[in-house]
Amino acid sequence: MSSVATLSNADIQGVHDSAHHEHHHHETFVSKYIFSQDHKMIAKQFLITGMIWAMIGGLFSVLFRLQLGYPDTTFPWLENVLGHWAKGGKIHPEFYYALVTMHGTVLVFFVLTAGLSGTFANFLIPLQIGARDMASPMLNMLSYWFFFTASIIMISSLFVQTGPASGGWTIYPPLSALGDASMGSKIGMDLWLVSMAMFIVSSLLGGLNYITTILNMRTKGMSMTRMPLTIWALFFTAVLGVLSFPVLLSGAILLLFDRNLGTSFFLSDIVVAGKILPNEGGSAILFQHLFWFLGHPEVYIILLPAMGMSSEILSVNSRKPIFGYMAMVGSLFAITILAFLVWAHHMFVTGLNPFLGSVFVLLTLLIAVPSAIKVFNWLTTLWRGNIRFTPGMLFALGFVSLFISGGLTGIFLGNSSLDIHLHDTYFVVAHFHIVMGVASFFGMFAGIYHWYPKMFGRYLNNTLAYIHFWVTIIGAYLIFWPMHYEGLAGMPRRYYDFSNWESFKMFGGLNEFISLVAMIVFAVQLLFVFNYFYSMFKGRKVTTQNPWESNTLEWTTPINPGHGNWVGEIPEVHRWPYDYNKDNREFIPQTEPVGEDESKH
Amino acid sequence: MSTVAIEQKNRIHPHKFTLWVGIGSILMMFAGLTSAYIVKRNQANWVTFNLPMAFWYSTAIILLSSLTLFMASKAFKERAMSRYRSLMAGTLALGILFIVLQVLGFRELWNIGVTLTANVSYSFLYIIVGLHAAHVIGGIVALVVMSLKAFSIKSRSYSIVPVELMSTYWHFVDILWIYLLIFLLMIR
Repeated sequence: MSSVATLSNADIQGVHDSAHHEHHHHETFVSKYIFSQDHKMIAKQFLITGMIWAMIGGLFSVLFRLQLGYPDTTFPWLENVLGHWAKGGKIHPEFYYALVTMHGTVLVFFVLTAGLSGTFANFLIPLQIGARDMASPMLNMLSYWFFFTASIIMISSLFVQTGPASGGWTIYPPLSALGDASMGSKIGMDLWLVSMAMFIVSSLLGGLNYITTILNMRTKGMSMTRMPLTIWALFFTAVLGVLSFPVLLSGAILLLFDRNLGTSFFLSDIVVAGKILPNEGGSAILFQHLFWFLGHPEVYIILLPAMGMSSEILSVNSRKPIFGYMAMVGSLFAITILAFLVWAHHMFVTGLNPFLGSVFVLLTLLIAVPSAIKVFNWLTTLWRGNIRFTPGMLFALGFVSLFISGGLTGIFLGNSSLDIHLHDTYFVVAHFHIVMGVASFFGMFAGIYHWYPKMFGRYLNNTLAYIHFWVTIIGAYLIFWPMHYEGLAGMPRRYYDFSNWESFKMFGGLNEFISLVAMIVFAVQLLFVFNYFYSMFKGRKVTTQNPWESNTLEWTTPINPGHGNWVGEIPEVHRWPYDYNKDNREFIPQTEPVGEDESKH
Repeated sequence: MSTVAIEQKNRIHPHKFTLWVGIGSILMMFAGLTSAYIVKRNQANWVTFNLPMAFWYSTAIILLSSLTLFMASKAFKERAMSRYRSLMAGTLALGILFIVLQVLGFRELWNIGVTLTANVSYSFLYIIVGLHAAHVIGGIVALVVMSLKAFSIKSRSYSIVPVELMSTYWHFVDILWIYLLIFLLMIR
C-alpha cells in the first residue's frame, strides 16, 4: 500500500505544481470570477446559472398550470407580459406547447444535469478526494463556457417570432423535422438543436474531467473504497454522460440534416398541409432509439448525484456509518449498467416487437433490485441514529421519501402491458416528476444546504430553510399525488384544455387545486433563492473548520479555501469516511491514522 | 483489489487518460451512427453502391501519416529535433492530403448521382464519413499548432506528453477510418 500511495502523491504534486504557484499571483476580477479555472468558482458559476434556469423553467410551469387550472378564465395581464402569445389574456395553444417543451428541456438538461452534477462534481470531487483542482482546469472552464453559450442560444430561442421548440422535450420527428409542421418546428427547433449540441460538448468536457480526476488524482491513502459515496455517484454519473450523450449528438446531427439539407433519416411518406413531401425511406422510430439511448441514462445522470449526496448527508447527520458501503457502490454500478439496457421501455407502444418489449420489461424491473438495496441502506443508516435535523438532512430525508414514492410507480410503468393504458397519461407525469424531478431537486437542495458553509463561509438562514423544506415537500406530494389518479382515469398529458372532454371534466377542481399549490411551491423556491443570495453577504459566519463534524476531506481545508484548496501539503487519508460513533468517539476524520487498539471496521 | 488498480492508473498522465475517455466517447457517437445504419439497412429503400477509388488512396495516405507520426515521436524521444520537425511537417501534409482525397471521392460520388439526399443510404455515407473527416480536421489543427511550436525558436519544450497525446489521437482517427471503411464495405 505505502509504495503505491507514495507514487500517487508524487504524481499529484507534479501535476499540480503550476496550480500551486498560481494562487500566490494577484488575481484580477476577470480571472477570479469570470474566466476562472478554480473548480470551486466554476461550481458556483454552474450553480447560479442553474438557479436562473430553474426560475425560468419553473415560471414556465406556473404559466401552463394557469391554463390547465383555469381553462375558462382570462388573465389580461398575461397579454402585457407575453404579447401575441397570450392574446386576450389566454395562453395561445402553440405557446402552451412551447412552454411544456421548454419546461422539460430546461429542467432536465440545464438545471438537473448542468446545475446539479455540474455544480457538485466540480465542487466536491477535488475537495473530497484531496486534489488541488481538476485534471484539466482549462477543459473545466471550457465546459462551463460551452454551457453558458448553450444557455444563451436557448434563451434567444424564446424571443424569435415563431417561438421556441414546441414538440415536447423529446423532440420526436417528423414534427420536429419539418418546419411547416408547426410554429415551434421552425427556427426555434434549429436553435434548440444547436444549443443542445453545445450543451453536449459541455457535458462531455466536464465528464472527461470528472472521470480522470477521480481515477488519477486522489491523495495519498485515498483508495477507491475509501472514497465518499458522493464521489462514487458522481463518477458513475460522468461515465453515463460520456457514453450516452454522444449518441444523442448523432441523433441531433441527423435531425439537423433532415431539417436543413433535405435528407430523410427520420422521414418517410409524409403529407403536410395537403402537400406530399419527397422524403422516403426514413424511420421516425430510429430517432426514438437514438434519443432514448441517451434519454434513459439521462434519468440516472440526474438522479445518481442526488443519491450520492443524500447518502453522505444522511450518514453525517445520523452520526452513524453508512449501512452497506460496498452494497451502495455495487448498486450504483448495477444501476449504471442497467441504465444502458432499458431505453426501449419508453417505446412500448411505438409498434415495438412485443417479444423485444418483454426483454425490456425484465431489464427495467431489474432496476428495482439495486434501487431497493439503496433504500434499505438509507433506512438502516437512519435506524437508531442520533439524528440532527439540519436543513440539509431534512432535504436528504425528503429525497428518500420521494424516491420510494416515485420509484414504486415505476414498477407499474415498467410493465409493457400496463403501459398500454398508462403511457402518455398524467400517471407518467406524476411518476417521473416525483422520482426524477422533485427527488433530484431535493438531493440538490440537500447538497446546497450542506455544503453552503464550504462554498461561501456562511450559513443559509435556518428559518427560511425550514419553511422552504416543509412547503416544498408537502406541496410536491399535493401536486403530483392526485396526478396518479388523473392518469389512471386516462387523462392524457400535454393536452391544452380538458374541459371539452366529458370524462375529464370531473378533474376541473383538482386541476385548479394542483395549479394553486404549484404557484405556492414556486413562490417558496423564490424564498430559497433570496436566502441563497442574502446569506452570501449577510449570513451567519462559519467559525469552525468543520461545522457538521464530518469526516470527509473538504472540512480539513481553511474556512474560505483559495485556489489549490489546502495550505501546504494535501492531507493523507488513513480510513474510510464513515467512522461515526466508533469506539466511543463521535467522529473520526479520514485524516486520522488508525490507532493501535482500534477495532476494525 | 483496488490497490493494484490505483498503482496502474497512476502511471498514466491525467491528460492522456482524459484523451482515452474522450476516445471512448467519440466511439459511442460512431457506434450510434453505425447501429442506426444497420437498423436502417434492414428496412425499405436501401441502395448499395461502390466506394470511390479516392477513398482507397486516402486510406493509404492516412496509414502512411500514422507511420510518419510514429517516427516523429521516436525522433522526439531521441532528441533528434530536426528529424522530428520534418516528420511533423510531413504528417501534417499527409493529413491535409487525406482530406483532399476524401473531398475528391465525394465529388466523384456526387457526379455519378450518389448525392446527399438522393437516398438514405447515401445520406448515411456522407454523415459518417463526414464526421470522421471532421475529427481528422481537428487532428490537423492540433498538428498545425504542434508544428508551429516545433519550428518556433522561442519555445523549447521537451515534454513528451503533447507528442504522445497527438500520436494517440491520430492513430485513433486512423484506426477509426479503417473500421469505418471495413464497415461500409461489409455492410451495405
